[in-house]
This record gives sequence, C-alpha cells and structure tokens, in this order.
Amino acid sequence: MARDTFQQVFTNCRHSAENPCSYFIDCITSGQKCHQSEASNQRLRRLKDRLLLVEHDHPVFLVGMGTCGLANGAQKVYEALQSELAAWDAKAQLIPVGCVGYCAREVIVDVKLPGHPRVSYAEVTPQDVPAIVEAAKRNEVVGDKLLGVYEGVSRNGWGGYPVFQQLPFFKKQKKIVLDNCGVIDPDDIDQYLARGGYSALSKALNRMSREEVINEVKNGGLRGRGGGGFPTGLKWELAAKAKGDKKYVVCNADEGDPGAFMDRALLEGDPHKVIEGMIICAYAVGADEGYIYCRAEYPLAIQRIERAIADAKAYGLLGRNILGSGFSFTLKLKKGAGAFVCGEETALIHSIEGKRGMPSPKPPYPAHQGLFGKPTVINNVETFGNVPVLLNMGAEAYASIGTQGSKGTKIFALSGNVNNVGLVEVPMGITLREIIFDIGGGIPNGRKFKAVQIGGPSGGALPESVIDTPIDYESLKDIGAMMGSGGLVVMDEKTCMVDLAKYFMTFIQSESCGKCIPCREGTKRLLETLERLTRSYRSERTQEEAMQRFQGMIYLERLSEVIKSTSLCGLGQTAANPVLSTLRYFREEYEAHLYDRKCPAGVCAELLTYRIDTDKCTGCTLCARKCPQNAIIGEKQKAHYIIDEKCIRCDQCRLNCKFNAIIVE
Amino acid sequence: METESILTKYPAGDPSALIAILQDIQQVHGYLPEKELQKVAKHSGLPMARIYGVATFYNQFRLQPLGKYVIRVCRGTACHVKGSFNILQTLENELGIKAGQTTRDLMFTIETVACIGACSIAPVIMVNDECYGKLDSKKVKKLLNDFRKAEEE
Repeated sequence: MARDTFQQVFTNCRHSAENPCSYFIDCITSGQKCHQSEASNQRLRRLKDRLLLVEHDHPVFLVGMGTCGLANGAQKVYEALQSELAAWDAKAQLIPVGCVGYCAREVIVDVKLPGHPRVSYAEVTPQDVPAIVEAAKRNEVVGDKLLGVYEGVSRNGWGGYPVFQQLPFFKKQKKIVLDNCGVIDPDDIDQYLARGGYSALSKALNRMSREEVINEVKNGGLRGRGGGGFPTGLKWELAAKAKGDKKYVVCNADEGDPGAFMDRALLEGDPHKVIEGMIICAYAVGADEGYIYCRAEYPLAIQRIERAIADAKAYGLLGRNILGSGFSFTLKLKKGAGAFVCGEETALIHSIEGKRGMPSPKPPYPAHQGLFGKPTVINNVETFGNVPVLLNMGAEAYASIGTQGSKGTKIFALSGNVNNVGLVEVPMGITLREIIFDIGGGIPNGRKFKAVQIGGPSGGALPESVIDTPIDYESLKDIGAMMGSGGLVVMDEKTCMVDLAKYFMTFIQSESCGKCIPCREGTKRLLETLERLTRSYRSERTQEEAMQRFQGMIYLERLSEVIKSTSLCGLGQTAANPVLSTLRYFREEYEAHLYDRKCPAGVCAELLTYRIDTDKCTGCTLCARKCPQNAIIGEKQKAHYIIDEKCIRCDQCRLNCKFNAIIVE
Repeated sequence: METESILTKYPAGDPSALIAILQDIQQVHGYLPEKELQKVAKHSGLPMARIYGVATFYNQFRLQPLGKYVIRVCRGTACHVKGSFNILQTLENELGIKAGQTTRDLMFTIETVACIGACSIAPVIMVNDECYGKLDSKKVKKLLNDFRKAEEE
C-alpha cells in the first residue's frame, strides 16, 4: 500500500493516520529526525532518487495523459508502449502524467533512461513507438520526433540536442505552480512528497501560528486568480475574525469560460498541490470542513481529486489531528451540474447547498455568512495552488516576482489562431506581445494579428496597439479588459469583432440565471442589436426594423453601462465587457456593419455579396449545378451571373470553382 | 441500481445532497422520471417544486427520456458553411420532430451541439458515440433507414 512506501525506509517510524507524528513530512524532506541512522537516511535518499528519476535501474516512459493528450490519442500511444515494453524490459516503468502545457505538440512522450537526462518527444503516434523504444534500447534518441532534452546533471553525450527548458515555448515561462504538471504521476502521492510536497503544510502546522500564516500570505501579495483579484490574505483574515462555531473552505473549480482550461490542467496534473493549499487555508482561518466544487464536465479531474483525497487521508494529511497538531480537516468533492453562473461565489454556495445556483446580493460576504450560513473562504484552484509555493519560498521571495500591485505568476490558456496552443505560466508584468509572439510563436498561415480576448466572456478584446501593456490586475482594467480566470484567445484578421461580441452575448444570454433584470433582459437587448447589425437588409421586412438597427446602436453603450452598474453578480456586471471593448477598439468595424452593411473580415455571411468575375469565368456550369438555390444562370462557355436575391451565401460556388472566378465582398 | 438504494447512500432530510442524488438517478435512467423524483422528495423532505426547480436550472438534467439513438447535429462554423442546416432539416422532416425532441417510440432524439471538433469531415453528426461525416440529405436518409432496419431485426 502506498502509505508504507516512506515508512519502510525509516527505522521504527510509528506515524499513521490514527497516531500521527508531527515530524513525518520533515523526515521525508530532510532525513529522519528520531532513531537517526545512516542506513535509514541512505534508504530514504535512494527512494527519493528513484521517485524523482535521478537514479534508477530501469528505463522509464512517461506519457502526457491529460484530457488534451487523450483527445489526441494518448491512450493508443500508451497501449503501443505497453506492448513494446513488455517485449523488452519487464521492469521498465510506464507512467501516465498530467499535461506539460504544450498542447499544440501532443501526444508528448518522455523517456528517462538510467544515467541519461530525460528527453521529450512530441506529436508521437502509435506508429512512432517502435522506433522510440528501439532507440532507447541502444541508449539513443530519435532525432526527428525530439522536442528537447531536459536540463540535468549530465547531458551524457546528448549535448547536441535542444534543451527542453530553453525552447521558445518554455524559455519565458516561470513554472512555480505548474512545476509538477507533466513531470510527476498525479496519482502517486509519493512522487509529490519526494518533490517536497506537503512541506509547506508541515511548516505551517509545526512552526507557524494561524496569524503568521495569514500575514505571510498577505505579505506575499497573493491575489485571487479566479478573476476578481481580491487579496487572498485579506479574505482569509476576514473569515478568521468572523465569529462562528463552524467554518468552511471551498475550492472553486467550476471553470466554465469558453477557451479556459487552466484549472482542469492543474487538477489533472498536480491535485495534491491544490489540496495542500486548502488544508493550509483551513488551518489559518480555523475551518474543519472543505469542499472542492468541480464541474461534472471534467471527469478526469474528478477522478484525480478523489484519488488524491483518499491518498492524503491514508497518509494522515487529511482527517483528524493532522500531523499531531490537533487540527482536523475533512475534504469532500461536489460535482457541478452544468451552469456557468455557478462560478460566482454566492451561486456556487447555493449549488453546494443543493439549491438552484443563483447568486445573492453581497454583503453579507461569504467570509461572514457563506456556506450553510457559516463563515466561508472561497478561492479558485490556481489561488490554492499558489499557497504552498508562497509558504515554501517565503513571502519576500514570492513578492519579488511580478509587479508593484500583482505578485507571483499567472497561468494562461493560450488558444485560437496562434501557433503554440497550450498552457503557459508567466510572471506578472510580462506583456501580451511576449506571450503571443515569443511563447505562442505568432499567428499561423502568415496572417496578421488582430486582437486577443482576455478573460473569456467577462473580459475584453484587445488590439495590437495595447498589447505591450504589462499584465497585472490594474493595467488590464485600465485598457478595458480584466485578468479573468486566464483564457487568452488569439484572433487573426479573418475574425469579425461584431461577430465575436455576438458570440459572447449568445453565451451570456443562455447562461444568465434570470434572477436580476439588467442581466436577463439587458443582455437580450444587446444580442438583438448585434443580430440586427449582422443581418442583411433583405431579412428586414419593414422599414421599422431598419430604424431599430440604428436605434440599437445609439443605445448600445448606454445599455452596456446600465447592465454593468446595476446587475446583481459578477456575471452580469461584466457581461457587457466584450461589447464595450470591441466598441472601444474596433468602432470602425461596427460602423462598416451599420452604414456600409459590409463585414470587413468577411465573416457575417448575410452581409457578403457573391459575384462572378466575368474575365475568369469559363462558363463550365459547375457552380450553377452546385448551387442549391438555382441562383446562378448563364449559358455554356459564357460567363455566368449570380442572382443576388436568390443567393443564400452557402459558399458552395466559391468552394467548387476551379478558376477562382467567384468574388466575395 | 434502484432509486431506493441510491437514496440509502445519502442521509435522509439533507437538502444539500439533492444534486448528487439527481446525478445518480440520471446515471441509471438516462433522465429524471417523475416517479423517482417523488421518492427523492419523500426522502429529502423537500417539496416537489424545489426539486423541479433544481432539475430545470442545471443543463445536465433532463426530464424527458432520450431516444435509443441520440443524434447530435454539429452546428459549428465549419459544418454550418458545409450545409449542416440542411442536414438538420432533413432529420427533422424525416423523424417528424424538432431539435431537442424525441420521437414517440423513444427511438430517436435530435440535439444540436456547438462543435464536435471533427471539422475536417464536415458536415458531421454524432449518433450516440459514433461520428458520421461528409453527409448530405441522401446519406442521412440512408443512415436513418439503416438504424430502423437494425431495430427490426
């Protein structure tokens, strides 16, 4: 059983969940405290070397099996490796790990041979597996699939290959929260312990008072990573001072933004870090019960959390009298049932209580009156993930990363029209340009950068003119966006900003819980206005509808401001942000839609016109035959003509024309 | 697993377990039958209105049974330009139901989804867990006939 792994190496260790010892974690990190013997310390070193893959006797293969890896076929690669390895070395290890973040290059397989540094292969298919294993047998590397060789003790003849950590994608990153993701087996608590896991908890319980923990978090300058950026230490202090016979700690893992997957990756790749952060928080505020509220759409994350909770319990790191400190904490998992608004803290509380997940007015704040009416701390997954890091580094070292007002790092999910789609952790203060062009590798297909949407449906779209702003909570607010949870969707010149605003408004409309009027009705009016802008004059039946198009535009800004200032919860208050930011930076596109009835990006189908270039058309009649509306007329061998009134913009003629004779404007 | 044995896992009179109970029941039945919800009401001491309220709030829950073949029509951008609307219309006409509904014989359900992520073979539909791509009206009709035939046998 997992519980015994470390105890086997210690002489006379009596630690157990029922009879805990305060020094258990300290013994793992710095050698046995009692019954000291050279032999047991040597055994400990050997065990840790084996777990950390520093020294081991048999080859180790690691496959990135987060959700993104699995979607790219990691399971098949895993099975192929399994059969290859069985035929080679029965003692070779095959370990499924979390996501290293380089989603663009999945499936990623790492190989660690005894006496060699770890190497990483990218875009591995089951067909590549035999070659990789064959090379490993000869202590060699397959060059063309190689991503990089890990920095390590000795390069051992592999000096000519690129260094993994120096790749453009990783070079500017600073991985302090994601350091274990894709490196360790998330289901193996021993590997987490061997890398110094739970030492922050041990430090807090054994050597710090509750106030000291809170002060340390305050001095570190940690702010909520879920979007709002409220100082975490202050939140904890409020809850610690609140009167109540019972207090709760809740982890918000209801990540619903389209284009955000940071929390999923962290929970799938390193669940113990989040749990450790929660236990430390519970100790600091005096809570004895906690919940992780995870969306049901993340089955793998749920499975990993359940396993991690059970393992931590078996080691006596959750439950009664943790590490002999007299402090007890139990942790439960609650599954969300699919409602975006449940990411809002008061709505989330109601959902845990088994009610409709609708927000309620603040104050009272959850820190005073939260779950079941008791003082409750709610923090986001990434915030809890930062807590052990902060305590281990010390407040001063942690605060040295980042900017004046925003400390530490932030994890972003980089997606959209960018070369290196993936998960990146960067120090605060880095510019968006560095993330998109240096880490992200720029825009594919030689297209031009147009905008980046930061913060999902609550954030804003930023144009090239402002992407040199350093990322921190305040400066992002100044340019009309917000940190949000960390989604970064990059868009190229072929994206229509009115269409984007319409997309987000459709999302908000369907996710609004309907409790308060500004959000329920206001966003519907916004959506209607945007729909009118993108609708062709031919679908406007009366003149009145055309007038409404202008009227809606006139009120667009004012309506947005009203929604912003009068909505009940964060969802409504930020709902208009996509409209306001696109209006601020891309007003000319709105005007093109409104006055010229044209979509400059060529996205809004109803506003496009299809016509045939009479010089290029050879009269092959292919388009006329493909047209589902019979809107194309013309004689054989003569230039054809599209009847605009009949055309439904299905694009079939352009797709089928062999002479590029169809002009779309 | 019967509803009764699901309910024994949760303490009686605890309203906070409601969502978890509903999730378990849906896992067994595929939807939330009214009869089972009445048992939940009795067990948890909550009025039916409250349970109905929760069941209708969250996207995950459904109160109608699904058909044996759940047809998800991708309405993503790539499929849209390749004519997924025609596919949807063909399905609706053939089965006599609208998107989001289920046929009376509980054989077919039509749903629309934002994107399946199989844009390279657009237009695409997903029947239960299987993808069918590069469709047109003819192929859709043939597909439905194949399913019907498979059922008769």
